[in-house]
Amino acid sequence: MKMPQDLKYSEHDEWIRLDADGIHAWVGITAPAVEALSDLVFLDLPEVGKEIQQGEVFGEIESVKAVADLYAPMTGEVVGRNDALIDDLSMLKKDPYGDGWMLKIRVEKRIEADKLMKADAYALRLKSNPDHH
Amino acid sequence: MQKTVLNSLHAELGARLVEFAGFEMPVLYQDITAEHQTVRNAVGVFDLSHMGRVRFTGPRAMALANRVQTFDAESMQLGRVRYALMLTPEGTVLDDILISRETDGFLLVINAGNRSADLEVIHAEAKRLGATVRDDSEDIAMVALQGPNAATLMQRLGLGFATSLKYYCFVDGPSDFGNLTVSRTGYTGEDGFEILVPRDHACALFKAALQAGEDLGARPCGLGCRDTLRLEAGMPLYGHEMDLTVNPFEAALDHALRSKADYIGSPRIAALSQSAPMRRLCALFVDGPQIPRQGHEIVAGGQVVGVVCSGTRSPTLGRNIATARIDSAVLDADAALSVRIRRNEVGAQKTILPFYSRKRASGPVKESNS
Repeated sequence: MKMPQDLKYSEHDEWIRLDADGIHAWVGITAPAVEALSDLVFLDLPEVGKEIQQGEVFGEIESVKAVADLYAPMTGEVVGRNDALIDDLSMLKKDPYGDGWMLKIRVEKRIEADKLMKADAYALRLKSNPDHH
Repeated sequence: MQKTVLNSLHAELGARLVEFAGFEMPVLYQDITAEHQTVRNAVGVFDLSHMGRVRFTGPRAMALANRVQTFDAESMQLGRVRYALMLTPEGTVLDDILISRETDGFLLVINAGNRSADLEVIHAEAKRLGATVRDDSEDIAMVALQGPNAATLMQRLGLGFATSLKYYCFVDGPSDFGNLTVSRTGYTGEDGFEILVPRDHACALFKAALQAGEDLGARPCGLGCRDTLRLEAGMPLYGHEMDLTVNPFEAALDHALRSKADYIGSPRIAALSQSAPMRRLCALFVDGPQIPRQGHEIVAGGQVVGVVCSGTRSPTLGRNIATARIDSAVLDADAALSVRIRRNEVGAQKTILPFYSRKRASGPVKESNS
């Protein structure tokens, strides 16, 4: 499976795109995760101004099948929330790494990025563990 | 984990396999909603081989049937299928089953998850009564064709002998797939057939149904859509609407108590039938996008008054539906209800089961006497 090279990935299938400004980042979930959930019905995201912590639950996504927690790939303050996505979850399937972004955060500890996977490592992990969803 | 004889075919067909009642079963092949619509509008092909198939034979079959389940076995005519319960001595539900009256006895189709508990009771009673029990669950597989095109597909498979069956009847017959037992039953709310097929012929039947039904819109369907279909149709599922902690009156299953025989649990049922149950099963429409699920609390006037048994997003109605067990006093007072779905509390409106019932085919048009 092809993963965008410019993103970092968490073990919980979130991605994060660090902005060139070195301060901000966008957060979403990966295409394989969206695929595994299927039939999405509900997305709960924190409001702007809230703090999210690396490795902690920041929201939930629900499909006909199940409810899944969303885990923060890095620590930061929420400075943007994709309300259009909450209203139209089909965007997650169409463009999970673009218009399907969930949060924009102000990153607090850039060093946390070292704990995340690069595209190749994430793809390898999916391959070795295809049923982890 | 156990596998049905169709397991590798499911994998070939791209199924997502999950554990269900000790079996590795397809939850979906592509998409639960699409498979649901296939059954509502065309025909779905299901593997039900995980369910238990148990036969009572010989002269004591009647006595055993009357002892272990709640339908009056003596009144059952040959070729009929009936819904019934197996109960505990305390009058709670051990299993819900289909019982068929066969030439030399009875066939019970039981839930996979309850098979060992059911068989423990059945074997103990059989020993006491001197009856013969045969567990056919391994030797015989089970495939269902469900949907408005099911009868046409049956014809194409050379199984036309079964298409004149009435609802809840069965017939035995020879076929290209060995000797079959076919019933006009299902768990989807659509017309359909459930086929008992010898293990070695099950794969051929499943493949032939998909192939012969291609232009009828036939596709393989998983247990995911089976659950959304049965809930729309208001059919109970063991472990949800009923279990060992619930009596039939609390699960709106009074209709399955159709025996005056001394069945297990009958003294308790006689006592319970004297008064109204303290809690009852109720159908709900639930507001909002979040899906009500088993275990979510029902709230009225700030108090927890019940619990969700099953819930889903109804593909046919496009809204969230649930069954819940709720205090009878609250239901009788017509109090406003809500459901606690994790951090939110959302409104719910009482309705009547089923959420969906199919339009039955009208009879032949009578010529007017002009």
